[in-house]
Formats: sequence, C-alpha cells, structure tokens
Amino acid sequence: MSALTLPSTTRVRLPSAGTVLALVVVVLVLVAAIAPGLLIDRSPTAIDLKATLQPPSWQHPFGTDDAGRDLLTRVIYGARQSLGIGLGATGLAFLIAIALGFTAALIGGVVDAVITRVLEVAFAFPALLLALLVIAVRGPSLATEIIAVGIGSAPGYARMVRGQVLAVRQAGFVEAAAALGHPRFAVIRRHLFPNAMRPLVAVVTLGVGQSIVWASGLSFLGLGVPPPSSEWGALLDAGRLHITSSWWLEILPGLVIVLVALSVTALGRTLQNRLGGASR
Amino acid sequence: MTSLAERLDRQLPTTTALVEVENLRVSFGDTEVVRGISFTARPGECLAIVGESGSGKSVTARTLVGLTGSNASVTADRLDLGGADLRHASERAWRRLRGRQVGFVLQDALVSLDQLRRVGDEVAEPLRLHGWGTRRSRPAKAIELLDAVGVPEPEVRARQRPYELSGGLRQRALIASAIALDPPLLIADEPTTALDVTVQAQVLDLLAAAKERGTSIILISHDLSVVARLADEVAVMREGEIVEYGAASQVLQEPRHEYTRMLLDAIPSEHTRGTRLTGSTARVRRPVDEGVPVLQARNLTKVFRGPDKVDRTVVDDVSFELFGGETLGIVGESGSGKTTLARMALAILRAEAGEVLLRGEPWTALTPGQRRPLRKQIGVVYQDPLSSFDPRWSVGRILTDALSTAAHPPSSQTEARQRAVRLLEQVGLGEHHLSAAPLRLSGGQRQRVAIARALAPEPSVIVCDEPASALDVSIQAQVLDLLTDLQDDLGVSYLFISHDLGVIHHMSDRILVMKDGRVVEHGSADDVFERPRHPYTRRLLTAVPRLRPA
Repeated sequence: MSALTLPSTTRVRLPSAGTVLALVVVVLVLVAAIAPGLLIDRSPTAIDLKATLQPPSWQHPFGTDDAGRDLLTRVIYGARQSLGIGLGATGLAFLIAIALGFTAALIGGVVDAVITRVLEVAFAFPALLLALLVIAVRGPSLATEIIAVGIGSAPGYARMVRGQVLAVRQAGFVEAAAALGHPRFAVIRRHLFPNAMRPLVAVVTLGVGQSIVWASGLSFLGLGVPPPSSEWGALLDAGRLHITSSWWLEILPGLVIVLVALSVTALGRTLQNRLGGASR
Repeated sequence: MTSLAERLDRQLPTTTALVEVENLRVSFGDTEVVRGISFTARPGECLAIVGESGSGKSVTARTLVGLTGSNASVTADRLDLGGADLRHASERAWRRLRGRQVGFVLQDALVSLDQLRRVGDEVAEPLRLHGWGTRRSRPAKAIELLDAVGVPEPEVRARQRPYELSGGLRQRALIASAIALDPPLLIADEPTTALDVTVQAQVLDLLAAAKERGTSIILISHDLSVVARLADEVAVMREGEIVEYGAASQVLQEPRHEYTRMLLDAIPSEHTRGTRLTGSTARVRRPVDEGVPVLQARNLTKVFRGPDKVDRTVVDDVSFELFGGETLGIVGESGSGKTTLARMALAILRAEAGEVLLRGEPWTALTPGQRRPLRKQIGVVYQDPLSSFDPRWSVGRILTDALSTAAHPPSSQTEARQRAVRLLEQVGLGEHHLSAAPLRLSGGQRQRVAIARALAPEPSVIVCDEPASALDVSIQAQVLDLLTDLQDDLGVSYLFISHDLGVIHHMSDRILVMKDGRVVEHGSADDVFERPRHPYTRRLLTAVPRLRPA
C-alpha cells in the first residue's frame, strides 16, 4: 500500500459577488454597532429646529425627522440596539433550544414525549404571538424585547436540536467511543454536542437576521424599546405619522432593515452550504 | 446503415461479433479513465470485464449505452453494436437503443428502481417506451417477465413497490425490465455485489439462462469467482487499460499477467488457510490457549419489536466460546443476526436472556459503570471505518483518545504521541498519518487506523464485524494479513463476522453458521467446510462461486 496521505487540497471556492456585498453590509453594521462615531461625526439626538423634515440631500443623505435630527445618524446609532436584540434574542433562543432539545433526545421516554408535545403546541402559535404574550406580561423594554423574540423563536430551534441529537446519537463514532469505555458524559461532551451543533451554526446566523426583523416589527407596533431610542423599528414607528408628506422617514430605515436582514441571511446560507459540504 | 433490429428482422447475417470496440478512450477533463481498450462480445457468450475500483470498468460499460455523461469525452477507432457505428450517435439514437438492443442491469436495484412506482409498471416501462403492445397487454407481459426471472407470486409482486421487496427480488425485477424486449446485448454492472451468496447464485443462473438463449452478456465485476461461473472471456482492467484478455479458463487458471495473478492470489479461500494472502508465506501461529475462554456467550437471545408490534427473535439461544489467540468465525446471510450477536458480545446491546463472560468473569451482567473499566479488554472493528470516526478528529487525536482508555494511559503528550506512532507502524502506516483526517485516507488506510484504535487499549479480544467487506480484493488481502499478523504477534483473539465464506474459511479456527438467529452448525473450520452436517450449510457451500471446480 502506498503510504501516501492525499494532499489536503480543500477546494477554494471563491465567494460570489452577492456574498461579498452581504459581507460588506454586515461589517458596516458591526462597525456602526461597536463604534458609530467612526462612520459619522454627528449626534443622533442633536435637534435642529430650522431644518425639520428635510428631504434627502448631500448634507442629510437620509433627510431629517420632525425634530430636525439627521436620519442617517439615527439609523447608524440605532444599529447597536437592533443588532443587540438580534444577537441576544437568537442567543437566548438557542440556549432554550439546546436545553430542551438535548433533554428530550437524551432522556427520551415520557420526558421526550412531554417536551415534544409542548414544543409542537408552541410551534403552532405564530412566534410573534408568543412574543406579544411576553411583552403583555412584562411591559415594553429592551430586555423584554430580547426575551420576547428569543422565546418566540425557541420552539423551532429546539425541534431542530432534538432531531440533530437523535441523528448523531446513532452515528458509528458515538458507539465506537462507548465501546472504548468512555463515560457517557464524556461521549456527549466530546462527540455528541459538537457534531450535533455543527450544522446549526448556519441556522444561528439565519436566526439573527430574522430576529432583527421581528424586533423591528414589535417596535413598530410600539411594543419595543421606548423613545427616544433610535432602534430601527422605533424609527419606523416615529415616521408613521409623516408617511404621506415625508416618505424618507419610513422608506429609508425600512430599506436598511431589509438590506441587513437579507445580508445576514445570505451569509448564513453561504455558511450552511460550506459547512454542509465539509461534513462529508 | 441498417439498425440491428432491422437486420435481425430481415434475417440478415449478423457479424459473429455483436459488439466491437477498438481503442476506446474516455476522459473526464484532463483525466483519462479509459486508455485505449479493445474488446469484442459475441452472441450467446459472456465477456467479463474485471477490475478493482477506479479501473474504469463501469465507465466502459456506460459508454456502450451512451450514459457516460456530458462532461466525458469518448473517442474510439471503432464502437460498433450489431454493425451500427455508435461513435457519433445522437441522444435520440441512444434512447432507441437502450432497452431494445441493450439491456442494462445496475448494482443496486433499490436505487435503480423508482421507489414510488409499482414493480410491474417499472418492468413494463421499456415495453411502453418502445411501443410494445398496448396498455392492456403490457401488465400481463410484465407478470410473465417477472415469472420468467423466478419471482414467486408475480401477480402479487407486480403490484408492490420496490422497497417492499427483498434485495434479491429487486435485482430480479431489474433484470426482468432489462430483458423485457429481449435485447441481443445485456450489460450487467456488478449485478450480485449487494446480494447474499444463495441469492447471488440464483441471479447468476438467470444470466446464464439468458446466455443460453443467445443473448450476449457483458458482465462487469470486481469478483473473479463470480466471473468464473459465467464468463467465456475475461478482460482484466487496471487503471483504464486491459492488462490481460483471453478465454476465461486461461485467465483464471493460468494467468499470464502478474496483476491477474496477484488478484487471484488475494482471494481468500480454503486454499489460502494458514498462509498470508500477499506473498503467500505461511503463518507462524501461536498455540491457542485452551484454558479459560476469553469470551464466552451463554444462551444469548435478543428480541426486537417491529413497527407492526410483532416481536421477532433476532438472536435465538446462541452460545459460543472463544479461546485466547483463537479466531471464531461467525458466518451467515443478511438478517441472520450475526451483527446483533456481536453487539451483545460488546455489551452495547442488552440481551433479553443469557449472558456473556469476559475472561470467565461476568460482563453483560454488570452495570454500565462497572463495565467501563473492563472495556479496554474488548475492542471492535466495524465494516465502515469512516463512520466510526468523529469527522472533526485527526488520526492522531483518534489514537491518543483510544490510548487514554488503556490500563496504563500515557502520562504525557510526548508519550501519547510516541505510542500513537508505534500503533500506526504496527498497522503499516507512519508518523505522517497522525495529522491526517480519516476522510482523506483511502479505504484500506482507514481500516488500518480503525484496527490501530482497537489495539490501543491492548485488548485480549477484538470483535471484527465485516472488517474487509467494503474493500477491493487486493486491499482486503492486506487488511486480513494485518489481522493475522497481529494475532501471531500479540496473541489477540478475534470474533470474526463475515458473510463471505471464503474469508471465514481463510481466517477462522472454528466456525458458527447462523441462520434466522440460530446457530445451525458449529465446529472446526475443516469440519464445517469439509463435512457439513446441516442442509443449510451445504446449500451455502454449493452456492459459493469458485474459481476452480472443487
């Protein structure tokens, strides 16, 4: 037998133009969230009553609102909260999903049956309705919005986690590790968890984009972060009154939300394809 | 140019050769996979194209039905079927040809048959495509065809779907659809590879009957003994070239090319017992330790409840003893319960009744926690090594992980690495394989890594479940040699499971023959093979394709 190892030629797939564009958008949003001052030197709360409801111009690319505040600045400063809600809600959703999914799949029997039935009932409700329930109980705030969106989207992920664990548990390498005499917990920690979570990495990214949209939706309904926050959904809510006269207050932040959600989703898909290809 | 069908209709004399191929070349991009081969096939004869994986034999078969795919470039000085030149045949011409003049039988009938259609419709498909009969008459013809290929209760089977049929019946249905229009040429690509040996014998008989009727058969196979049963001529392919081509008796009995000789020598059988398959030197056996059996099963029984809520006894009251340095072969067809027996011996699956003793001490009767420290005494090698490795782990990590379960685990990283390298050297690999991902190793190398992992905790027993069945015959020979070498060096015992009687005969000291969960015969290898007592064992032995008449 030739003692040659095949050269590790991982085929380099060049990203498409769409992926590059999506990456640029996501990087810009991350910068805006971490250090908005780098992108723009105005203050999001600086009121200029001489220049209220100005249409987009060179000086104000996104126009100004009814208090003369520059809309682009407000969108940039709103990124932190919007992205924070997206990440926080998705993170929370996954923590819940991992806890429920692993418990159900590993214990099985009655526990599995109960968790699965509860998840199915929760899954039958629209996620937004679940979120509204949480907000109704706790009253609107940033934390509530994260919890609401997180709980709303958890059931779907939990079902996915459970399915993954059940699939990986059947894998040959899990049995091989048990046959070597490794304790059950070590097998879960070293083989089951990482291999079950691997395909979900991409789903997390997809989830962030979706959470941003849901959070904006809740804020638009006045159920999100209270003013004077410039969270994107809140901007939409504020612009609602002037939609007939000042279109930019509604359209431009709306486009930003769409673009960001689209970019995050596109990146998630790319990630999903690549990971899917690598896991054989 | 007249088509073959027209020639046959008008009783024109066909040339003696039905298929004539000269200097056929097939390449995919820059890689040439078939490199200028020539062969002929005659009516009423069988040409076998034999080779290991990657030899180009399947691609060759596909060029004859125009199914190489759009990214292949095919050139030939001559590519004639029944006098018709196929070198520039259009897709439409190929479609007219397939089914009517060339029948194609693929390896896996479960993939080749549409799962959602009834078997009868599937068999009648080529009839419909080529305008044979009417909507009314075709179903009857399909039943007639199923009957002709020996499908019992063809009326019932024709209404079933492929997944409701056993592997053997599916393969027969596929053959029925290939011979539906009685094509003068039948190409069979590994038609029996997935089948049990008794079913394989039936399928080969079926092909032989078609040959008797005057059909020309091109049989593609990796298995020289299957070929011996049917072929009149044999072409041995290696890396896209034919290295030896001649009458079957000559190629199989007096091979001229060293590659053919190597392939023939690598086939494990009763003749290879006690020798190594590569190099043919004798084994230096350690004496078997007849004291306390290292592994002993007492009245093991396993019952599975099926989806229809009916309990089925998969393993029924099985007992065996395995002594130190000995190999106990367990042979049986699919569904005989041999893998379930192995999983119970490993205490991965709980038995309904009976128990297993490890070195005379309770083993399956222990709690999982009590069993864990004893696991190092019993290792396992699976049929598919790749799925038994965590896809994220390198070979080095797999081995150091296994070493950590040894009685004396390595105390430092350096020691772990040294011991991992020593394991790799024991199985014929080297230090440079430490960082390799199993996915990037060849099938044989992967199985070597799996054996190294099983050896790491220094077990006294290794359960080998079809350890070489997925490998090419030359690689299988290397892996089997490795296992016997390790036994001669270390005195390890094997519980060796295989469906392949040749492999079992080559490897085993004693043999259990299983059928439907029961042990039907039990004895020394010589007794079981030379003086079989049970009718099933006799049936198995006559079904085994042999290179030479026994």
